[in-house]
Amino acid sequence: MVADRVYTETAQRARAALAGVQPAPGVAKPDPILLADKVKKNFGGVTAVDVDHVEVQRGSITALIGPNGAGKTTLFNLLTGFDTPDTGEWRFDGRSLAKVVAHKTASMGMVRTFQLTKSLTKMSVIENMKLGATQQVGERWWNGLFPFRWKAQEKLIEQRADQLLQRFKLDHMRNEYAGTLSGGQRKLLEMSRALMTNPRLVMLDEPMAGVNPALKQSLNEHIRGLRDDGMTVLFVEHDMDMVHDVSDWVIVMAEGRIIAEGTPEAIAANPAVIEAYLGAHQGKSLLGEETPS
Amino acid sequence: MDWLKILENTVSSLVGIDAAYFALAALGLNIQFGYTGLLNFGQAAFMACGAYGIGMTAQYFDVSMWYGIPIALAFVVILSLLVGIPTLRLRADYLAIVTIATAEIVRLFVRSVRFKRFFGGSDGINSFSTQFRDLSPFDPSKQYGVRPFQYSGYTFWTLIVAWCLVGVFGVVVFYLMRSPWGRVLKAIREDEDAVRSLGKNVYSYKMQALVMGGVIGMFSGMVFALDRGSVQPDNYSRDVTFYVLTALVLGGVAKVSGSIVGPMIFWGLYVFSDNTLRELTRDGGISVFGVGLLQKSQVGPVNYMLIGIGLMLLMTFRPQGIFGNRKEMALDGR
Repeated sequence: MVADRVYTETAQRARAALAGVQPAPGVAKPDPILLADKVKKNFGGVTAVDVDHVEVQRGSITALIGPNGAGKTTLFNLLTGFDTPDTGEWRFDGRSLAKVVAHKTASMGMVRTFQLTKSLTKMSVIENMKLGATQQVGERWWNGLFPFRWKAQEKLIEQRADQLLQRFKLDHMRNEYAGTLSGGQRKLLEMSRALMTNPRLVMLDEPMAGVNPALKQSLNEHIRGLRDDGMTVLFVEHDMDMVHDVSDWVIVMAEGRIIAEGTPEAIAANPAVIEAYLGAHQGKSLLGEETPS
Repeated sequence: MDWLKILENTVSSLVGIDAAYFALAALGLNIQFGYTGLLNFGQAAFMACGAYGIGMTAQYFDVSMWYGIPIALAFVVILSLLVGIPTLRLRADYLAIVTIATAEIVRLFVRSVRFKRFFGGSDGINSFSTQFRDLSPFDPSKQYGVRPFQYSGYTFWTLIVAWCLVGVFGVVVFYLMRSPWGRVLKAIREDEDAVRSLGKNVYSYKMQALVMGGVIGMFSGMVFALDRGSVQPDNYSRDVTFYVLTALVLGGVAKVSGSIVGPMIFWGLYVFSDNTLRELTRDGGISVFGVGLLQKSQVGPVNYMLIGIGLMLLMTFRPQGIFGNRKEMALDGR
């Protein structure tokens, strides 16, 4: 049994906005920041993703769950431009992303992390962070040779990076190589580096994978913190405790399709979800309650 | 054994023209391979662009040799685009295969009989450095410098130009790599998807690195061609690329100092072992108990073997090269 949640003001607001939404697959939300329509992707003969319609509510924390091979990461790749769907349309904040390449989505305010953490091991933690800032003057080669053109901006970026490192409790590792960080710290670094882009939507691919239980709690706090700062969070996760703990809305995928949606409580009791995970004949428990002894 | 002569030759080869043009080529390759992680195995082709650019300008176009620089630059950009557009979207290994093939295509193209009119076939283009020599403020009939660094006026002039170029590009690369631009390149070397997710146009940065490394390689080819006063296609074969790469790794990748000192040591070692072997076999060859070990004519190949062994040992005991960072090497745990 998961401990009762303490709802912050933003959490209450997010849940209130979603309170009137029917828990049905592909349901429309009052204020979607991201929506996908008829997005389909085949790999050879296998249909990896076949999403009829899905919306992500602005200012909420939405979990994307599903058994292995359900197409969660593929959907992430499609939405962020790392892969292109065969058909369909998808929009971020009202703008179509159909022709937008991966690196452009970040400057539009949509940033993602990866299932296998991609920390740049041979660069220091602070360099990792500074890389995340967008619109850097010194990133054009002809400016690179003239430090006076980018030094001022670099200073501001460094200040922001230091603040984020402090918030994510990585400031003591500031000048170490990112390769010396532990698995959990790398997850934190990747998340804080993503925040350097000033995103409105943060997409986290399995933020809890390989993280020890003590750090999980603080990661949860950090994810809630993103919503408190006005960001929308969409994350893929297998850890049901965490899903129950932090999400305002849960989307369930299986075999490439969206099979259920709803609040965490509604999903925990949804027979379609239990069937997808365990098969119909199995026990009822999925999200903590009534564990068979 | 004339040890003094061996030593003198070795020391002077440290700052010789070979070390200088290798250093330029290695600086360029370092941008691509060391900082950005692009496995360019075709640096020789970029060097050929420089050499043929200046050779053809002087020989056929009958204009000032300075026009050779923009012409060679155009060659480099065209070559980079030809190689880069189809391959830079792919992973590193593909680029390696394509560049090695491209360098060979370029070499076979310029040495072909069909285009002899333009490139001079396998004879190349010869004696075009008059204009460059005329620029020299030194008297060609006099010797300059002190032993062992003693050169004729013309060689002295070439050396000064070459090492000045090394200095200029060394400083340029050093400052570029400390800028945010350099940070993006290093990040691409580590993981390009991460860089892409942070909103950087990875493809464009790779192209910039390819062109910039190619341009420095082009100057290397020019220096080499002007020193000889000629270009021959076979001077730009695969060997050159791999020797430059070897010299770079010897010095330490992703370090400016490494790409300058590496070639110096490479040529120092080469000349030292070559001279020593030649001295040893001066009287016909070495034999132990009547069994011939080394003939005079075998010195060349055996020398390369020794260099190879030396490099293997270096890679085993000091994989980061001379200036590389051991701590950084140890982090390769992806």
